[in-house]
Amino acid sequence: MNVAAMPPWLALPAAILLIAGGLLALIGSLGLLRLNSFYARIHAPTMGNTLGAGCVLIASMLTSSAVAERPVIHELLITVFLLLTSPVTTMLLMRAALFRSDHEYQGESEGEGEGEGEAP
Amino acid sequence: MMIRGTPRWLEISLLALWLVVNESLAPHHWLLGLLFAAPIAYLTRKLRPRMARPRRFGLALLLCWHVLWDVVRSNLAVGGIILGTIRQQPKIGFLQIPLELRDPHGLAVLAIIITATPGTAFANHDPNSNVLTLHVLDLQDEATWLHTIKHRYERPLMEIFE
Amino acid sequence: MTAFLDWALHFALACFAAGMLCAAIRLLRGPSAQDRILALDTLYINGMLSILMLGIGIGSAIYFDIALLIALFGFVGSTAMAKFLLRGEVIEP
Repeated sequence: MNVAAMPPWLALPAAILLIAGGLLALIGSLGLLRLNSFYARIHAPTMGNTLGAGCVLIASMLTSSAVAERPVIHELLITVFLLLTSPVTTMLLMRAALFRSDHEYQGESEGEGEGEGEAP
Repeated sequence: MMIRGTPRWLEISLLALWLVVNESLAPHHWLLGLLFAAPIAYLTRKLRPRMARPRRFGLALLLCWHVLWDVVRSNLAVGGIILGTIRQQPKIGFLQIPLELRDPHGLAVLAIIITATPGTAFANHDPNSNVLTLHVLDLQDEATWLHTIKHRYERPLMEIFE
Repeated sequence: MTAFLDWALHFALACFAAGMLCAAIRLLRGPSAQDRILALDTLYINGMLSILMLGIGIGSAIYFDIALLIALFGFVGSTAMAKFLLRGEVIEP
């Protein structure tokens, strides 16, 4: 890999941010498997989408600035874009789930019972 | 359109987007960016004639900082909940909050803040009674959530947008 | 120190791959259609992040453009599917 020429004071924060971002995204995705109802699961990927992606993109800015030997900030675009768009998808999915549970679709959760919230 | 006196945020952000994508501040990029930004902003303004008039940018920065801090904190909390699901599943539920904020742009920002924070998600907003419905992953104490939304987010948003 | 960064890159790449695996399992198992859309959303974000990891490792700016395109089209796709569910159903999940 081509990260050999980086100064240590840049490499250390970048590495820590990468590890944090990776762990956050992994735990968020793991939540998709571990939580037992859709309404609980919808909260899990938000972790990876906001802070996880943010950490990784800052690390990417640090390393690409070091490689190019000038400030590279265009990763900010992806950060801003993700911050603005992933809530929109989540809101639409939430509305879709409420709409569908209002209609014919009952008892979707594998766990059953208290997992299902009451639709307003 | 009544745009006298307010900065043209759409043009400015499109131009900034163009310059950041091209990673250059050369004059021809400014020119091309303006050539794209002005007609696009002109054409899309007709889609939404109602313009946001944000004020008090210092307060907006403070709000951003609060949101960032809350996102970090609730990320850790939700991570703990997910890793703790071996023992027990979290107690989920809906929470209804009466709002005073009426401005549609302020409500949109509030919805994005709430949904971007892990652990809470926007579920519904009733425009007649102005009641916001949230879905909360860990519904331990409703009063704390209510206090956070009302004081930490809604109050600054009302001052910024109204 | 750069060895540590190299290790961190591989670690993050492995995390994203495992995250994609979790999302893929939920995509296949998901009892309802909205579960599958949520899993697909997670899948594309993890994929985009792992492409960024490759970009950092190889040191090429091309990967940034690919990641931006994945983010754009992924958002459009998930939103379109969620909107389709919201409008009512044509096909049973």
